Amino acid sequence: MALQKPIGDILLDVRNLSVEFASPQGAVRVIDKLSFDLRAGETLCIAGESGSGKSVTALSLMGLLPKPGGRVAEGSAQFLGRDLLKLDEAAMSRLRGNEISMIFQEPMTSLNPVLSIGTQLTEGLVRHLGLSQADARARALQALDAVRMSEPQRRLKQYPHELSGGMRQRVMIAMAMAARPKILIADEPTTALDVTIQAQILELMATLQRETGTAIIMITHDMGVVAEIADRVVVMRKGEAVERGTTAEIFTHQQHPYTRALLAAVPTFSQGAAAPTAPDLTATAPLITVKDLIVRFDIKGGLLQRVQQRVHAVEKVSFELMPGETLALVGESGCGKSTTGKALMHLVPSIGDIRIEGEAALGQSWGRKSGAELKAIRRRVQMIFQDPLASLDPRMSVGDLVIEPLIIHNIGTPQQRREQAAELFRRVGLTPDQLARFPHEFSGGQRQRICIARALALGPKAIVADECVSALDVSIQAQILELMQELQDELGISYLFISHDMAVVERISHRVAVMSMGQIVETGPTRAVLGNPQHPYTRKLLAAVPIPDPARRHADDWQRNRQRIEGEVPSPFQSVDFTPTYVTYRDLGGGHLVAA
Amino acid sequence: MVIGAILKRKLALLGLIVIAIFAAAAILAPWLAPYDPTVSPGDFAAPPSAQFWFGTDLLGRDFLSRLIYGARATLIIGILANGIAVLIGTVIGVTAGYLRGWVGSALMRFTDLMMAFPALLLAILLAAIFDPSLWIVVLVIAMVSWVQIARVVYAETISLAEREYVVAVRSVGASSARIILRHILPHLVPTLIVWGTLGIATTSLFEATLSFLGIGVQPPTPSWGNMVNENQTYFEAAPWLVFIPGIAIGLLALSFNLIGDALRDILDPTLRGRH
Repeated sequence: MALQKPIGDILLDVRNLSVEFASPQGAVRVIDKLSFDLRAGETLCIAGESGSGKSVTALSLMGLLPKPGGRVAEGSAQFLGRDLLKLDEAAMSRLRGNEISMIFQEPMTSLNPVLSIGTQLTEGLVRHLGLSQADARARALQALDAVRMSEPQRRLKQYPHELSGGMRQRVMIAMAMAARPKILIADEPTTALDVTIQAQILELMATLQRETGTAIIMITHDMGVVAEIADRVVVMRKGEAVERGTTAEIFTHQQHPYTRALLAAVPTFSQGAAAPTAPDLTATAPLITVKDLIVRFDIKGGLLQRVQQRVHAVEKVSFELMPGETLALVGESGCGKSTTGKALMHLVPSIGDIRIEGEAALGQSWGRKSGAELKAIRRRVQMIFQDPLASLDPRMSVGDLVIEPLIIHNIGTPQQRREQAAELFRRVGLTPDQLARFPHEFSGGQRQRICIARALALGPKAIVADECVSALDVSIQAQILELMQELQDELGISYLFISHDMAVVERISHRVAVMSMGQIVETGPTRAVLGNPQHPYTRKLLAAVPIPDPARRHADDWQRNRQRIEGEVPSPFQSVDFTPTYVTYRDLGGGHLVAA
Repeated sequence: MVIGAILKRKLALLGLIVIAIFAAAAILAPWLAPYDPTVSPGDFAAPPSAQFWFGTDLLGRDFLSRLIYGARATLIIGILANGIAVLIGTVIGVTAGYLRGWVGSALMRFTDLMMAFPALLLAILLAAIFDPSLWIVVLVIAMVSWVQIARVVYAETISLAEREYVVAVRSVGASSARIILRHILPHLVPTLIVWGTLGIATTSLFEATLSFLGIGVQPPTPSWGNMVNENQTYFEAAPWLVFIPGIAIGLLALSFNLIGDALRDILDPTLRGRH
């Protein structure tokens, strides 16, 4: 049970909020008659998928709708006797950052990179509260202390790039909370962060709320986050509130079919029990064998471009990928999982031994392969990326994009290529008449289907999928995963599935390798590793997975001081003379290895 | 298809018409011009009249005829010199930006060197080696103006080469040539259009400077640039002698700009269907 929080009177009363955006076809209504209220000291989650209008709601309350284009068509938002929607810019700017604060998804881009943390923290305090520089500084220190930043004195002099993502989000929260606002609007504040850091930030927000009584409007697409932090929930779809209620009601007695569908699509994490069975490693020869893969990047600097630091991205990683299996590489950002995938594709120089179907794809040298050799490798191993829009050239039609691999590898006549593209499109659930369109005309899920079609064009044996569903809505995520599994069953493709999302990993992968600091710390069948984690890092990672069940809140555990998640994601940056220590493995049987 | 799309845009159509008129004037000059542009049939600096529509210049030559004949040198230099500059700048910028490493460094340091070298000194040097002619002027202007374009293209290419779709086609096995031609160059088009059309006006005026130094278009052959230049000392007494060719240069640059803007939008599929 959640600890009792003092919930006060209605602080913000939004009635019939409607927002319109100008378009060539006339005004488009993106929010239609949205009503909700917010009480002092509570956390209200506005949940919904992309395009539901949840972020626009926040922007219109803050008077930050994009201009020209967006406008509030009707409605009112009563806040302490004033209607926020009718205030002029000058009055609104006195309120912003003072009585109502906002934090954004991307902590890197929301902080000014050329100003020190101290300057950015004190700026608003001097402006809104009329504090002197010295007082503002003292208050800023308090604020950093409140968000549990280590060495707050030193942080004031630092610049955003010197801090990690989690620390930057703490600074953003400190900035938002420094003026002790009555309302904090948080727009997907943890989406860009690792799970362990997400858990820390959510815990921090809950603690701060208890200390200050600030009401929080949390905007999120993640039902796990909702379950973790919300007191009440508004579920939005296409600009309308389809359901509202307490968190317990929403999770246990949903009324609206959309809410039900949304919750059903959330991959639930069940400690490995739902994972597909791992194949017998001894039955067949491995498709890809990676042995002692090392990737290091030199950071050059100074006048003479000397090597100043070295990133030890991947340090002696070894694994095997069997035909028709899915091996998941999991870990936090910077652990080297993406770099491992890129090294396999020869997109970054590496040392080590990579064999595809027993053939050496990479010798014991910096991977200098001729164009023809590389092409032969790439015919057998393909890659799909996290952001499907970014990985499709916006100036080419999707048909040309899918045909391109065939042109590069000189396969077929133009006529045959077009036919194959149509066939591939049908295979991934699109229609051939969409081939002439351009990437921006598709939705996120369709774009990822296009990327999969392109990857399939050459008939590869394996696909490296780098966070390929992380940027998609949960319902779309489920569809793409299903498609990937169908393709695996039909074509016997192997996946190297790189992800940070444990629930997704559990669903799709036969085996898991957990990476930390460039090395695999635990590997084995998904059921064994997720069900019986042995390495402390694996345990920490699993403990941080948000569970879409309000009855099992982490925050309550933390209140009782169990499994408290602390610390930062370790940095792979090292000094030039650093020599890594390599882990040795303990065999737990059944292919389950753990770093000793 | 592209022409059709331009015709649909009013501003671009206007630009196209202006350029068509200028081009027609340049080609049909002997038939259109009422007088020989190099002889003096009238008074010095006569104001516009029924006989001389745009008046006469300081030597009594018909200004309209000079304007019509001047379109020849101006258009050739504007289009050709700019075209060559964009070509050289793009090749060097893209090569340096895509390859980086020591090749990129060498190319960019060479670009910096050219940028630091005084343009007029280079022009005088080249003119001293070769006999002055229209083609030398084109060459000199191209040599001087490719540097900025190379710098801009270099910076843009570096960011384009880091895009995820470039990594994606690399992972498919695309060669560098294919990546540059199909996935980087098309994205440089907006930048090149802006620089290419901006260059038209500066080129015309640079040509005037060269004429002034005796390197450019040789008198009495007219060009719009040298018409502005040779008459500016009498600006107070006969302002039209500066204004008329000045406006012509402005119109030329503006028209190329309008067409360029339209082309940029038409060639960008993400903007298709929007006007």
